[in-house]
Amino acid sequence: MTKRAFLFLLSLLIAVNIMGCKEKPAATIKTISENNSNEPAYGDALIVGSIGEPSNLIYMLASDSASHDIAGLMFSGLVKYHTDLSVIGDLAESWDISKDGLVITFHLRKGVKWADGVEFTADDVKFGYDTIVNEKTPTAYKEDFLQVKKAEVLNKYTFRVTYGKPFAPALTSWSGIVVLPKHLLEGKDITKSEFTRNPVGLGPYKLKRWTPGQELILDSYREYFEGRPYIDRYVYRLIPDLSTMFLELKAGSIDMMGLTPIQYTKQTNTDFFKNNFQKFRYPQFAYTYMGFNLKHPFFQDKRVRQAIAYAIDKSELIDVVLFGLGSPATGPYVPNTWPYNPNVKKYEYNPGKAKELLKEAGWEDTDGDGLLDKDGIPFRFTIFTNMGNTLRKNAATIIQWRLAKVGIKVEIRALEWSTFINEFIDKKRFEAVILGWSIGLDPDQYDIWHSSKTKEKEFNFISYSNPEVDELLEKGRRTFNMKERKKAYFRIQEILAEELPYLFLYVPDATPVVHARFKGIKPAPIGITYNLPKWYAPQKMQKHKVEP
Amino acid sequence: MKGHSLHSLNGVFWRRFRKNRLAAAGGVVVVLMFFVAVFAPFISPHNPDDIDRKHVLEAPSLKHPLGTDDLGRDVLSRMILGSRISLSVGFVSVGIATLIGIFLGAISGYYGGWVESIIMRFIDIMLTIPTFFLILAVIAFIDPNIWSSSAIPGWIRESLRVILIDPNIMNIMMVIGLTSWMGVARLVRAEVLSLKEREFVLAARALGTGDMNIIFRHIMINSMAPVFVSAVLGIAGAVLVESALSFLGIGVQPPAPSWGNILTLGKDNIEIAWWLSVFPGLAILITVLSYNLVGEGLRDALDPRLWDMEI
Amino acid sequence: MIAYLIKRLFEMIPTLVGITLISFFIIHLAPGKPTDILTELNPKITPEARERLEKLYNLDKPVIIQYGLWLKRIVKLDFGESFSTDRRPVMQKIWDKKQSLLDRRLFITLMINLITFAIILAISIPIGVSSATHQNSLYDKIMTTTVFIGFAMPSFWFALLLMMFFGVYLGWLPVSGLKSLNYDALPLLGKMWDRISHLILPIFISAFGGLAGDSRFMRSSMLEVVRQDYVTVARAKGLPDKKVIYQHALRNALLPLITLIGLSVPGLIGGSVILESVFGIPGMGQLFFMSVMTRDYPMVMCILTIGGMLTLLGNLLADIGYMLADPRIRAKQ
Repeated sequence: MTKRAFLFLLSLLIAVNIMGCKEKPAATIKTISENNSNEPAYGDALIVGSIGEPSNLIYMLASDSASHDIAGLMFSGLVKYHTDLSVIGDLAESWDISKDGLVITFHLRKGVKWADGVEFTADDVKFGYDTIVNEKTPTAYKEDFLQVKKAEVLNKYTFRVTYGKPFAPALTSWSGIVVLPKHLLEGKDITKSEFTRNPVGLGPYKLKRWTPGQELILDSYREYFEGRPYIDRYVYRLIPDLSTMFLELKAGSIDMMGLTPIQYTKQTNTDFFKNNFQKFRYPQFAYTYMGFNLKHPFFQDKRVRQAIAYAIDKSELIDVVLFGLGSPATGPYVPNTWPYNPNVKKYEYNPGKAKELLKEAGWEDTDGDGLLDKDGIPFRFTIFTNMGNTLRKNAATIIQWRLAKVGIKVEIRALEWSTFINEFIDKKRFEAVILGWSIGLDPDQYDIWHSSKTKEKEFNFISYSNPEVDELLEKGRRTFNMKERKKAYFRIQEILAEELPYLFLYVPDATPVVHARFKGIKPAPIGITYNLPKWYAPQKMQKHKVEP
Repeated sequence: MKGHSLHSLNGVFWRRFRKNRLAAAGGVVVVLMFFVAVFAPFISPHNPDDIDRKHVLEAPSLKHPLGTDDLGRDVLSRMILGSRISLSVGFVSVGIATLIGIFLGAISGYYGGWVESIIMRFIDIMLTIPTFFLILAVIAFIDPNIWSSSAIPGWIRESLRVILIDPNIMNIMMVIGLTSWMGVARLVRAEVLSLKEREFVLAARALGTGDMNIIFRHIMINSMAPVFVSAVLGIAGAVLVESALSFLGIGVQPPAPSWGNILTLGKDNIEIAWWLSVFPGLAILITVLSYNLVGEGLRDALDPRLWDMEI
Repeated sequence: MIAYLIKRLFEMIPTLVGITLISFFIIHLAPGKPTDILTELNPKITPEARERLEKLYNLDKPVIIQYGLWLKRIVKLDFGESFSTDRRPVMQKIWDKKQSLLDRRLFITLMINLITFAIILAISIPIGVSSATHQNSLYDKIMTTTVFIGFAMPSFWFALLLMMFFGVYLGWLPVSGLKSLNYDALPLLGKMWDRISHLILPIFISAFGGLAGDSRFMRSSMLEVVRQDYVTVARAKGLPDKKVIYQHALRNALLPLITLIGLSVPGLIGGSVILESVFGIPGMGQLFFMSVMTRDYPMVMCILTIGGMLTLLGNLLADIGYMLADPRIRAKQ
């Protein structure tokens, strides 16, 4: 589910986002050179630490990263991204796209088997599609599939979708995990099915045991259609806090986790660590922002938003919050990707300019209490963020401190996730928020910026409305012409940088670490786990004996 | 004991309390902490909110005697300000608990009958649900905005601001207070039961003094000592609960510094920044220990049974 | 005695009802409707679907009727389905019959607390007695300070320090969890040691923190008994001091302790939230914390109620123990 539908998810993940990198491209820096002299061998177990427990192993029903990590190992999409960000086949061997771009015909792999031995066919794709668009299915990932006008099974191995209007993200939307085994689920209420906790998949791993609150054990699926994975067992161990997890890593109880910025920069430079682990760093396909409620009287004036941008030093945020492991964000796309426009208005730290702009907008300290005021109302507002995310809390604290220096009093409220969404975001009861978006490879961000998407539970919760942006968004998703799309998205970024409905803060780096005995890890723009089935531990280094 | 005048009782009390060196040491710490909290802004070496990107997570030095935290803020200054929060949570929540406890305990002891049965039954129920469960549930489910909302009279909000209590902390004080009054209530009830048939009460009643007057003017004055002891011990407990809640991330919210949430930082950085764990942990330990020793010392000093042995 | 027990059981009923009332009304403190969380992250949910959900949970009825309906179900120990995304029945989450006994959440929490209890008693009684017999000596002062330090020490802080020292620095004990990853491959003895080694730190910390209450109580109870006439008489009769203390005084001093034990159940169970969170132990406390954070109402109500029931059970057992131990009460029957 490559898309903006990912939305709130990122906010849920608390720094640990190792898997699911399938859709997270980026350049990679590797800190430890790889020793490939050892031959690949079957065996051993990879133990991954996670703070979250999966809730539901049917991908489309879950919305947390833990569920997606595991479901991603057990299921596959029709297509996937190659390391160079081009689209390649996964369950589909090949596909044809009609000249007008409205019809895609997928030719599926033959002989792929579900883990229970039944063959995978086009009916399973159709069944998955029918399920996701069914209004009774509670999923956040419907939107792309609602664009499909007609979906049909031509024969056992051919599946065809027809779109009503040109839809640029059409092909890539099928990298989302939609297929479901029709023979097991037909006629059942999938939300209630036992399948949600013990599914039958066709990906590289299959569930062996799930001990709630403790761990999930997956064994390799030997008939996996891309070949038996080298690592025999994948253990997803639940450890509810990151410092304990790090201790477990050092004690050898886990092999892989996502490091926090502090752990990456300060705790992993010992000889012990260098000899035993390999750590990676690459920009995430995500950004963190401060969003203003544009319905709030304070923030309706563009100059106020710009003033706040001038009052904040992004490089300080990156230095302190991320320990330098990230880059400034200037818009809703990440650097080094094709839709990213590097030449938009930037706001260098300049508190003098900030004060000037605020004065222009009518905000001055008339009563000498150190706080700006206008018509007798002091400039005081609250930044909301979700609880448990140290990075965001720190960012809010720095912003609070910086804004105090220009005479704006900020309060910070960290709220438990569902309260935050239900009571504050959905009801638009907030002044400003710090949140993050995880973004897909396709630049379509219709749901976030289009003025029609401001209803309760929709994603344009800041109530941004700009007719030109609306038009450009429509244009961007309705053409297949790359140049035109690029032009549209470049322009959108210029407008957003000028109007600042969001104050774009930073693009954080992902910093996973893996035990040194695992070889075959090939960092790519889409992360490291895309080729997990090809990772291996050489025979003599294997640590765990796995009894089937 | 009958022969002692009030003055000499006082003398015995102080002599006994001072003789208990542990309690006396605790008392000194308690007084010291109190001054630190009151004069926090004047003794902080730095502004506790000042972020310094060049001095993030620095070990203790001359400039920062207790080191800096993950935003480069001075830990000593934050702990000094934090003492204010810890102690105000301790005092206010115990104050709330004591008032509720005295009231319910006194009326149940004095009136007896169904009033007493209902109150005692309620106490039983409250004591049955694990306290920390109750606190967690209430804190999580209560509207966190309640104290800054307009439903609260303006003068309360204003006075909170004047005594520098963040309205968000009020919730924690209330919840701890509302879940820890049961001990006091039982204590007071027992005292009232033992006093209400005594001569001076009967005399007051014969003179037509009102019930409330009797309870609070005559009986309570005479049963304050054990209540006071339990309040001192209660402060220790409340400081611990607050630090645990803040440590779990649902107590005092950053950037307001409390010892508990500095410890959370300590936990996240335990291997590289021992000073973030050691100092706030020690501060909690010493404070709680001091209040306990003082409380125990007071209890012993006030216990007439123990006096007999000495006198 | 049987009659007394039955009377006690009947007396527990109003308390139980009270517990359910409190659990129920705390949940209704929250702003918004409990079902809001079910519609989270679900942009496509229709108003009709929301209404259906509210009907399902009887939210369209008056609060008092909702309470009645809920009570009707929990009599059968049916606490409903968890609101968390896994939607499992609440009871199944704390007592999963498909898992081995040792992995069921309620059992884990109970086991840790019972062991802690036993250790606290085993250590605090001797400490209390010896402190009392050596009242105001240096030994008494050291013990007093030690148990108070134990009480005053924030358990989560102590846990971190010990984890660092024994888990990371020395590498002797596991850092978190309940069993090692290679648990299944271990021989029987290895399995036992593995379980035990995971419990050493949490139980040690919890016991250290609990020493103060019981040992101080024991001390003062002992001091009081020693001053009683019969002890003076026994001494006057020329019985050796040791015999007086351990045979006559101790027995009587122990009696009130039994009641105290019953009363300390809720404290220990409540404390398991913190320890289980720090050590990553998948018990009931950890589940409670997670449920509270995600506002999983049925789960929270269930654990609150069960926590209360456990305390009642503890009190009842303490009563029985008291009866068995106290000759005066036995005589009355």
